[in-house]
Amino acid sequence: MTDPVREDDLHAYVDSALPEARRLDVEAWLAAHPEDAARVQTWTGQNQALHAAFDGVLNEPLPIDLVRAARRRPVRAPWRAMAATLALAASGLIGYGIGLSEDQPLPVPLHFARDAAIAHAVFSPEARHPVEVDAAHAAHLVSWLSKRVGTQLKAPEFGALGFELLGGRLLAGESGPVAQFMYQDAGGRRVTLYVRRAVTGNRETAFRHVTENGVEVFYWIDRDFGYALSGQIAHPDMQKLADAAYRQLMGG
Amino acid sequence: MRLNPKPDLIEHLPRLRRYARALTGDVVRADDLVQDTLERALARLDLWQPGSDLRAWLFTLMHNLFVNQLRTRRPQDTALDEAMDIPVSGGQMEALAARDMHAALVRLPDEQREVILLVGLEQFSYAEAAQVLGVPVGTIMSRLARARERMRHMLAGAPAVQLKVVK
Repeated sequence: MTDPVREDDLHAYVDSALPEARRLDVEAWLAAHPEDAARVQTWTGQNQALHAAFDGVLNEPLPIDLVRAARRRPVRAPWRAMAATLALAASGLIGYGIGLSEDQPLPVPLHFARDAAIAHAVFSPEARHPVEVDAAHAAHLVSWLSKRVGTQLKAPEFGALGFELLGGRLLAGESGPVAQFMYQDAGGRRVTLYVRRAVTGNRETAFRHVTENGVEVFYWIDRDFGYALSGQIAHPDMQKLADAAYRQLMGG
Repeated sequence: MRLNPKPDLIEHLPRLRRYARALTGDVVRADDLVQDTLERALARLDLWQPGSDLRAWLFTLMHNLFVNQLRTRRPQDTALDEAMDIPVSGGQMEALAARDMHAALVRLPDEQREVILLVGLEQFSYAEAAQVLGVPVGTIMSRLARARERMRHMLAGAPAVQLKVVK
């Protein structure tokens, strides 16, 4: 005997907050109660409309005042702590989609890897709207991002490693638009591939690895474009994915 | 002696800005609120427990600042006017829908707007939203229900505001 479906259950259904068994109860209830089904549909539409209206803010270049405020350290800190935090700030995450060169300028490739790590940290936790265009429209996605970034992009295949393309989005970067492809495995783990035009005068880099605030980033720069694969998953798995990406993107 | 490195707040900026924008309905006010939040966060970073959810903590700080601002501000009809003035180029349904959403949000009571945004936009769980706002989960549920129904009437074109019984 199941509990009767209450108003709270309907909301929790909309917000994907129900255990599977209860979710099925609610679905059965909705099939038999069209008025409740209509309300649930409207509420789901409200969530989607909120994302449609405000997700654009995530892609805006960050105002420099805010970036400075985020990296300012309390002035009352003792001098040694200050020195330590300054060193941390200098190696800290700089600029999300903006050309910020306060403190010491970072070597460009490292700066690039940091931006990729931040973009990963910002978008990969999004449960419902991690991507702008989903993988069901993969061909459209790739041609759209290719056009905006200015080169023929390719979304690598990670199926053999258990990761499927979830979709992608366009971000604003200091040297123009940035494409981000997102992949997910059956366990819900996500990796993102970040591609953008490299800053001019940039040298090519070999395949490199860095860890940024717990995000593993494998990156390389090839002539005009930089590529970075980011994920918060075990290093050996990331290494395999990164090898596959490098092979597929550079191999042919 | 603390050896924990201070967490970097930059990666939380995009989401704090999104929430503040939706909450205030105003670009400048929103970024001011984010700036105040960052300043308070850095001043109190020692109070944050490493390992706990930094994002929820930042949203809690922002909520407290927002509530304080409301107390000291005059009743604000400016945000509503601005929301209504968002330019819409002809025939763009998306822009129209976004404008409707802005206008509907501004008309919600602040406490309901916070809940519908934390849950529907920022994807906090009910328990997390309760923690951010400092109220029981039951209060989150009742505010969410009221917010969604009110918004349903507004976006359907029904004059929800005028349905209030006035004697």
